Amino acid sequence: MSHNFLSLSRVIKAGFVNLFRNISLSAAAIAVMVITLTIILFSILANATFQNTIAQINNQISISVWLKDSVTTQQVNTEIAALRQLPNIKSVSYISKTQALAIYKSEQPNNAQLQQAISETNNPLPASIEIKPVDSTKIQTIENFLKQPKTVALEDPQYGNSYGGDQKIAIDKIAHATSIIREAGIFAIIVFAAVSVLIIFNTIRMAIFNRRDEIRTMRLLGARTSYIRGPFVVESMCYGIFAAIISSLIVDAIFVGSSSTLQASSLGLLNINYSHTYFNNHFWILLTLELAIGIVIGAVSSVIATRRYLSFKTAR
Amino acid sequence: MQCFFGIIKLMILLDRVVKKYNGSSAPALDRINLHIEPKEFVIVVGQSGAGKTTLLRLLTREERQTSGKIIVGGIDYDKLKDRDIPMLRRKIGVVFQDFRLLPNRTVFENVAFALEIVGMGKREIQRTVPRVLDIVNLKGREKSMPQELSGGERQRVAIARAIARQPKILIADEPTGNLDPKHAWDVIKVLEKINRYGTTVLLTTHNQEIVNRLKRRVITLKDGKIASDRANGEYKS
Repeated sequence: MSHNFLSLSRVIKAGFVNLFRNISLSAAAIAVMVITLTIILFSILANATFQNTIAQINNQISISVWLKDSVTTQQVNTEIAALRQLPNIKSVSYISKTQALAIYKSEQPNNAQLQQAISETNNPLPASIEIKPVDSTKIQTIENFLKQPKTVALEDPQYGNSYGGDQKIAIDKIAHATSIIREAGIFAIIVFAAVSVLIIFNTIRMAIFNRRDEIRTMRLLGARTSYIRGPFVVESMCYGIFAAIISSLIVDAIFVGSSSTLQASSLGLLNINYSHTYFNNHFWILLTLELAIGIVIGAVSSVIATRRYLSFKTAR
Repeated sequence: MQCFFGIIKLMILLDRVVKKYNGSSAPALDRINLHIEPKEFVIVVGQSGAGKTTLLRLLTREERQTSGKIIVGGIDYDKLKDRDIPMLRRKIGVVFQDFRLLPNRTVFENVAFALEIVGMGKREIQRTVPRVLDIVNLKGREKSMPQELSGGERQRVAIARAIARQPKILIADEPTGNLDPKHAWDVIKVLEKINRYGTTVLLTTHNQEIVNRLKRRVITLKDGKIASDRANGEYKS
């Protein structure tokens, strides 16, 4: 057995032994890491859920251009082709007068009188082009396009298009709100992650501070830096591994528990069902992320925290 | 690092060594000259603050001298690089007043630690540790944790740990300071035994009775200076 391998196996063994012999300190450190990792996990889930809600709202934002009855199919096709050339276009679809009537009727299934009053021959509804943007916050180019005289000429003078007046204000407001929520979500994750990193770092620093005499004694006995530091790094990485697994299990238990006790699928903007599905679908990625955060922060913190007790005096 | 024990006459050589701590006006050690030969048993006495602990801390390279020369086992401390300090310390056994055992390790593991860090294999450790524990009269206590032992037993574990690697020098800083007279004598007897095996022992103590009964070389420090250095010396407080 080579010397390096012997040292490595002793370092790893010592790390595990320390973890269990200092069980109360280990448990406290793991508990703090569980809480912080859970907060990070929740902020990721909340952000994903908010983004999903926003995407759903955005998906419902569309701009309709109502056309004169005199507009020909060729004119419509030219217009649609031109619109599709624009950036930020998700879809452009044509709704004929007949389709518009069918949609209208399907929206009023219980109003028999109305169903009778409007018929194929006496169809007051105009045909329209429905434009869905990819991003509702960037619809300036679509707006500019609609202002072109060529497009205005096709519009039904009575209706025009839906991007104007109160509707324009509503769309712009939603667009503005969604962009703020999106940025706030990412900002919140960064803040929570940063605070968590600091808390974990300090927890490990305290744990190592408690054992500083041990480090100094090992130093006096002639142990090399890696041989002293190694077990602390192994131990801290184990904290991270245990904390990540426990945190994931807790979050899963919370979802399972809340779905059976709350009997509710959403809390305002927070769609719990979506969060749960997102968590289940991304379980392995999220667990890996937590493990990575726990292991890396654990290792880095213990390296930094042991440094001051390992240094040799250089001052004369 | 130079070879530790080549053809050298002196085990420890201090030449005009001064140690001044930041913020204090008087030096803790003031132009100390000291020659200690291999296999000597030397007792350093003096009041608190006389510089005993500073002297030992310089020898273990916990502190650096402000000026002067220190050569231990042929190694010139001025030429010692940081990365070689662990190698130096492996060749010096150290015992402290407060034992400094590793709290989460058994008696066996505490002694084994000193051997593990020099890369000794498992089988050799299994053979060596009981033998060393036998020397300090602690056979059968291998599995005990430090907190289960009396002060005297703890100190003997610390001595076992210090001598397990068979160092040429053993430095003991007030090893009996926390012990009652009976246990103190047990510890001193172990130190004498180790000295008979050929280890140079450097002991600091406050204990007048121990110094006077041992009848060894006694160096008295006063205000950072050597006040007296006598063979078969006595300690008068």
